[in-house]
Amino acid sequence: MNIHEYQAKSVLKAGGIAVPEGYAATSVGDAVSAAAKLGGRIWVVKAQIHAGGRGKAGGVRLCRSMDEVRDAATALLGSTLVTKQTGPSGKLVHRLYIEQGLDIVREFYLSLLVDREAEAVSFVVSPAGGMDIEGVAAETPEKILSVSVAPGGPDAAQCKAMAEMLGLQGGQATKFAALAAELYVVFMASDCSLLELNPLILTGDGELLALDAKISVDDNALFRQPELAAMRDPLEEDPRETEAAASGLNYIALDGSIGCMVNGAGLAMATMDIIQLKGARPANFLDVGGGVTVAAVTEAFKLLFSDDHVKAVLVNIFGGIVRCDIIANGLLEAIKTHPMRVPVIMRLVGTNEAEGRRLVQDAGLDVRWANDLDEAATLAAQAAA
Amino acid sequence: MSVLLDQHTRVICQGYTGKQGTFHSEQMIAYGTLFVGGVTPGKGGQTHLDRPVFDSVQQAVDAEGAQATVIFVPPRFAADAIVEAAVAGIELIICITEGIPVRDMLDVKQRIAGIDCTLIGPNCPGIITPGKAKIGIMPGHIHLPGRVGVISRSGTLTYEAVAQLTATGLGQSTCIGMGGDPVHGMDFIDALKLFEADEQTEGVVMIGEIGGSDEEHAAEYIRSHVSKPVVAFIAGATAPSGKRMGHAGAIISGGKGTAEAKFAALAAAGVAVEHNPTLLGRRMVELLSR
Repeated sequence: MNIHEYQAKSVLKAGGIAVPEGYAATSVGDAVSAAAKLGGRIWVVKAQIHAGGRGKAGGVRLCRSMDEVRDAATALLGSTLVTKQTGPSGKLVHRLYIEQGLDIVREFYLSLLVDREAEAVSFVVSPAGGMDIEGVAAETPEKILSVSVAPGGPDAAQCKAMAEMLGLQGGQATKFAALAAELYVVFMASDCSLLELNPLILTGDGELLALDAKISVDDNALFRQPELAAMRDPLEEDPRETEAAASGLNYIALDGSIGCMVNGAGLAMATMDIIQLKGARPANFLDVGGGVTVAAVTEAFKLLFSDDHVKAVLVNIFGGIVRCDIIANGLLEAIKTHPMRVPVIMRLVGTNEAEGRRLVQDAGLDVRWANDLDEAATLAAQAAA
Repeated sequence: MSVLLDQHTRVICQGYTGKQGTFHSEQMIAYGTLFVGGVTPGKGGQTHLDRPVFDSVQQAVDAEGAQATVIFVPPRFAADAIVEAAVAGIELIICITEGIPVRDMLDVKQRIAGIDCTLIGPNCPGIITPGKAKIGIMPGHIHLPGRVGVISRSGTLTYEAVAQLTATGLGQSTCIGMGGDPVHGMDFIDALKLFEADEQTEGVVMIGEIGGSDEEHAAEYIRSHVSKPVVAFIAGATAPSGKRMGHAGAIISGGKGTAEAKFAALAAAGVAVEHNPTLLGRRMVELLSR
């Protein structure tokens, strides 16, 4: 789960890490009074969306007067920001973060992440801050240092190596070591999967500050992170995905025309892949999971039938734990309120397969049966063409 | 022969008396697994499914000589359950539990690092040696004792491949589901090593997913260490970047972990890559009939 920059900074601040002063605002009036409260002569108005690349897309504006703050807030609130990470449809700006302007001497990149290969937490640092780190990695990999740390956090030698990579010496290197230790504590205590400061800055007064902050929290750990879980912003999520999650379904909206319902994440991905091999495109990823109920399957069918992009529905169930009759009953429930307006192709194998098929046939539904996944994908592609 | 598991392996279940533990233990017993009991703290001394219940894994090892365990403990307690089993001397630990925080798994890997045991999972379907024993949640009846080893990051997609191997008559020597979490136990290389050394196994079907670099490492290993034919499929060629595809480990980030890159690495290592997940069985038939 991602949280906003202003939320990430509150987490960092609580962990003793220096961040610029700032306030969140959801109206132009709030933005202006936030700037007044901050004082000074320079402010930064930043759109709060769950995507990077905001600066280049005009979502971060430097203001030198209250009028400029007002203009920036007016322009940004309610606008749609299209960045490198949002996709072409962009993200609607509901909230701003107003910060004091700072005297920036240097910008660095710093992140902590769970390194799957090392099976440890790794720091990634680079003196090329404020830039697209993937671009830096591709073009100038020598400017990136990655350090896997032991469970206690980074040791003195590792901190020294990172400080050197950033060109920090003496007292600044000491400050960096303290910052690295604090970041590690926050990362672990908050069950982060990613904590990224891009940039981390060095100010004219020689202070290290997190100018931007991104935090992703491990979804599996939200049960023990109630404060972070409460930071979820439903406006940042596809409403269908939110609806599906409430029913215990794993749903991700895509841009094709074949609605998919599958049990198991791997099989769901493979179903999407074979649809593409047959020349069509999936409208979604949908894993009904192992402990699925009739109610959840009903919701799943409603989601698919109410999506205007869906021209055909492909059901692919390899029942082990999941019973085929539960899938069939879910379909029968769903069509009471959401008529089957597109062709439905079903491939049901495994537990209670015959009963599932009988339930659908007895209801007189016009479903096309497939014997295997290949045939199912072929039929779906034809139906959606 | 087969790998890791046969009809003589003495198996217990942690989370034995819970709903999942009960249902799947019944299935494992029905399949013929040598199932010697289970663990549910606080219920030691009781009998469940005609077998003894213990308060701790250590008691089950001492009393029944348990060698393998299957874990159905809820996510917040599962990490400790894995470590408990390892410390008690269990050789083969299969963790079915889905949703363990990654921080807990990092901790588990540290704590069991010096202990001689094999961890499969978490968030996996388990392991089966068809006709002999199964430890996990896979439907037993789709399997057929046979010639091909299967190693996979996925659950139901593995069943798809297994069904194809059964339909073609090749059958399976042992099938291992390594699970979909980013930090996990056994990986492709561990399994490939076992299959290469196993006489019964003539070929290997390998099923990967987007995310991480396990498949790329496996490709390097296959190039220099595996003589048996390998057929590979990677799920998620059509998955968008930055979206977690169900499994915590299945996410493309920063342009890394794409299906395309994994297919390419495997193909370069001489693996028969197959982009159509319904043709894995047929592809293996072709390779083994040469």
